[in-house]
Amino acid sequence: MMNNGTAAISVRELRVVRGGRAVLDGVTFDVPRGTVTGLLGPSGCGKSTLMRSIVGVQVVASGAVEVMGRLAGAPRLRRSVGYVTQAPSVYRDLTVGENLRYFARVLGARDGDVERVLDEVDLRSNVDIVTGRLSGGQEARVSLAAALLGSPDLLVLDEPTVGLDPVLRRDIWALFARLAESGTTLLVSSHVMDEATRCERLLLMRAGRILADDTPGALLERTGSTDIESAFLDLVEQAERSAA
Amino acid sequence: MNPRITLATAGRVLAQLRHDHRTMALLVAVPCVLMSLLAWIFDGTPMFDRIGAPLLGVFPFVVMFLVTSVATLRERTSGTLERLLTMPMSRLDLLLGYALAFGLLATVQAAVVTTLSVTALGLDVAGPVWLLLVVAVLDALLGMALGLLVSAFAATEFQAVQFMPAFVLPQSLLCGLLVPRDTLDTALRLVSDVLPLSYAVDAMRDITASDTVGPGTWGDLSVVGTAIVVALALGAATLRRRTP
Repeated sequence: MMNNGTAAISVRELRVVRGGRAVLDGVTFDVPRGTVTGLLGPSGCGKSTLMRSIVGVQVVASGAVEVMGRLAGAPRLRRSVGYVTQAPSVYRDLTVGENLRYFARVLGARDGDVERVLDEVDLRSNVDIVTGRLSGGQEARVSLAAALLGSPDLLVLDEPTVGLDPVLRRDIWALFARLAESGTTLLVSSHVMDEATRCERLLLMRAGRILADDTPGALLERTGSTDIESAFLDLVEQAERSAA
Repeated sequence: MNPRITLATAGRVLAQLRHDHRTMALLVAVPCVLMSLLAWIFDGTPMFDRIGAPLLGVFPFVVMFLVTSVATLRERTSGTLERLLTMPMSRLDLLLGYALAFGLLATVQAAVVTTLSVTALGLDVAGPVWLLLVVAVLDALLGMALGLLVSAFAATEFQAVQFMPAFVLPQSLLCGLLVPRDTLDTALRLVSDVLPLSYAVDAMRDITASDTVGPGTWGDLSVVGTAIVVALALGAATLRRRTP
């Protein structure tokens, strides 16, 4: 296990209770810097709650969450962590450009950063279109572009590729790989298992617990499976056998 | 607090309104039509002079209450509030941004309605007309602060709109618009004494009745100012960075 000083995210025994139910129950893991880590698991397994805990907007029952050596949500982190919620969190009554210019000003990002992120998500030609008139996939990319403003050190992305066509999905994953190469840490959640192969590390989640924390290759080897979906099923069966 | 972020937020709120032409037209036209209707109904009686000026303060109060409670609720439900609170934005930046934008809007609205009332509709104002405008803008800010506060207790836009009759109508009934406050039953009088709109209406009435501005008027205005600060502080307390 990595030491806390070098990990981008360090979570210890995290427990989150929502509506009387433990949504996260004793979650512990580290995310190394400069990697793309996939957070995979079925819908409702606690992925979004875990991401909310990491960006510091979730009320936590117990445990510790540190981001780059600081407590999650610390004021100093607010410029260095980019967060994309599952539903696009942009102003639908503003144009793409107005949205991004506003968030850039709030972040104190330099001029020209808006053009850069528009190019990254391939939306430059839509800059003057009111966001609510865009397709679902385009709106999701505006939300992603806003998180890229100011080049944060850590990107926490909740299902950023939902509703994108295969070509765009490939481009977005290529963007993630480029960002990781330049030193950015990315935590990307998905409920689509075939996106796992694009990640350097995987966190498999089910019912509020981490099932596995490994590289895709090591996971396949350990379970003797040919794809991540069967590896996941295998791990679920193992966990149930050991619980019984 | 950061003036760059406050101003950016005010600009963003105004940009949202600029895209919504119908709302802008309604904001200015509806009070004008209502004032004209009143002048017509009370044609030839002293009633218009008695209630016309207080109404100049009640309109912006009601309108800003509604607009703010819906706008804040939208920020909460669309995820944009959560995104902003993961950025280097203080709650005060957000509140002051809204206050600046809506204050400006209220100034335009009040200027148009007041000009129409004292010219074409023949409203008699003994005191300075600019002071009427100041009171109208204070009323707008009071409505904004209360709208922001109650939006925390509304889960849907239907609920937010229902808070209007619940919070605004009782104040309008008891503020001395229908019946002078000193002729109210003692219990009602006491209630009206703690409702901030009563002081705004008292101030409006003094300004129309007398050509000198006495300490009573300034006292009334400072009560309204205090109520705005208290409501904004309570509203700020409802904007939580961490939510369950």
